[in-house]
Amino acid sequence: MITDEEKKEIRELMSHYATARAAGPEALKIVQNHRGWVSAESLKAVAEMLDMSCEELDSVATFYNMIFRKPVGRHVMLICDSISCYIARYDMLLDHLNRTHGIRMGETTPDGRFTLLPAACLGACDHAPAMMIDETLYGDLTPEKMDNILGKYQ
Amino acid sequence: METPITKNIRAGNGPPDLKSYEWAGGYRAVRKALTGMTPQAVQDAVTASNLKGRGGAGFPTGKKWAFVPMGAEARRPKYLVVNADEMEPGTFKDRLLLEGDPHQLIEGAIVSAYALEAEIAYIFVRWEYREAARRVARAIVEARGAGYLGSNILGSGYNLEIYLHVSAGRYICGEENGLLDALEGKRPIPRSKPPFPQTCGLWGRPTVVNNVETICNIPHIVNNGADWFKSLSRSEDGGTKLYGASGRVKRPGLWELPMGTSLREIIEEHAGGMREGFSFRAAQPGGASTEFLPKEQIDVKMDFDSVQKAGSRLGTGTIIVLDDRTCPVGAVHNLEMFFARESCGWCTPCREGLPWVREILWSIEEGRGEAGDLERLETQCWQLAPGHTFCALAPGAVEPLQSALKIFREDFDRHIREKRCPWK
Repeated sequence: MITDEEKKEIRELMSHYATARAAGPEALKIVQNHRGWVSAESLKAVAEMLDMSCEELDSVATFYNMIFRKPVGRHVMLICDSISCYIARYDMLLDHLNRTHGIRMGETTPDGRFTLLPAACLGACDHAPAMMIDETLYGDLTPEKMDNILGKYQ
Repeated sequence: METPITKNIRAGNGPPDLKSYEWAGGYRAVRKALTGMTPQAVQDAVTASNLKGRGGAGFPTGKKWAFVPMGAEARRPKYLVVNADEMEPGTFKDRLLLEGDPHQLIEGAIVSAYALEAEIAYIFVRWEYREAARRVARAIVEARGAGYLGSNILGSGYNLEIYLHVSAGRYICGEENGLLDALEGKRPIPRSKPPFPQTCGLWGRPTVVNNVETICNIPHIVNNGADWFKSLSRSEDGGTKLYGASGRVKRPGLWELPMGTSLREIIEEHAGGMREGFSFRAAQPGGASTEFLPKEQIDVKMDFDSVQKAGSRLGTGTIIVLDDRTCPVGAVHNLEMFFARESCGWCTPCREGLPWVREILWSIEEGRGEAGDLERLETQCWQLAPGHTFCALAPGAVEPLQSALKIFREDFDRHIREKRCPWK
């Protein structure tokens, strides 16, 4: 089930496209904004609105890196693992996170605070290594700087 | 030196709002084109300017536009799509334009859409560019409020709506046909060509897809003319280029410079040279999918033809510098890890070949390389070459690999011979 508010936001976006199904990726993101992830029930409700089968919509949902079909932590950390951040040794950040929070790529901390995911180039190559937490971009990272930033997220 | 597309951008400041953008001469090109020029005249100016697409392929913009059916017989609505799905590793130039001067992009989109007689334009922004999306959305609202969008713009009888589409993160969406699928709400995979989008694109209608930087150049061409645009360049290709550099240089960053500025000038003067303790080994001139240029090629002029002659591609013009303290095998493994992960899986050579390439490279990097591995990699370079796949992802993925196998041959051999990474 999805709420009236979610439905209203989705309908508004549907008006931007020639077909209902074109609003799919953005509709899934709306649901995710409200709930943190896209459950099978939410997916079914969105599919009905867009006049698609669940399987069709799921083939879209599972294609995208930023649509979560499993629950994630309260904050999603995207660590850029592309070439400029490789040269800037992003692996040291990963080792540090593993030591301090016990997580590797794809894992969530036991307290549900962070989910760590790999990210393709965040477009902050002049400030490598870089990461995003939720919607905020951070660059020129060191393990110490990372500790300070993580402290802001509970 | 003129820097038309970055002149309003101030580091650390927010973008100009509508008033400041207009005060700096903004939306003059919309007025000039819509009230004084025919769509064909705008197209002619762009063709004469020698503007080549800034997304990586370098196709002449005017020529791309010329394939669009015009006039009363054309199927409608026609669409313009601005490709802001910047996701090529090592590339961060469009983010500057999106965040730094969103009204310039909107103005460019209006003038370009007018030239194509398009009624609807989409700006397709990658998910991760949150601040860019917020600023573009605000600029669209301001432009609509001022009458630059909507019906009968400036009394010209021309109608246009611009919508922001925020994607959900996949490299293949930056590929022209993958992008169209994504906008239609399908699982994005490349389509076979022909038909080309200009005749049969979004929902089967004529569609043009242009890169952000390409579109940002359009208002300046309309305002100042093709000859002025060509005079900005040090090469046959018109205009300036937003170049960038990342890696172990002193001042990583972006600079708008004459098209055809040399690789050496960008790295040594603008990026300040290499950081203490690091020396220049090679560079990818325009993103992850371009071939490495060795030190001997550092004087190459960074325009489309010159870089091609030097054995690589200008691509996005954002340079990735590889230093002497980074393992080239590890670096190429990192590149192939990206391409293998972002393959959409639609055609077999790419879906199966790229993970294979990644695994061989990883085993070499880990000291488990065997005789014959380099030949296997060379075979993959051929199997993933243009013509064997639906789109340019896999051919792009093997460009850095095949150049690395030549330039860093001794490093590959050493990994296999010594059964370890000499950098570790």
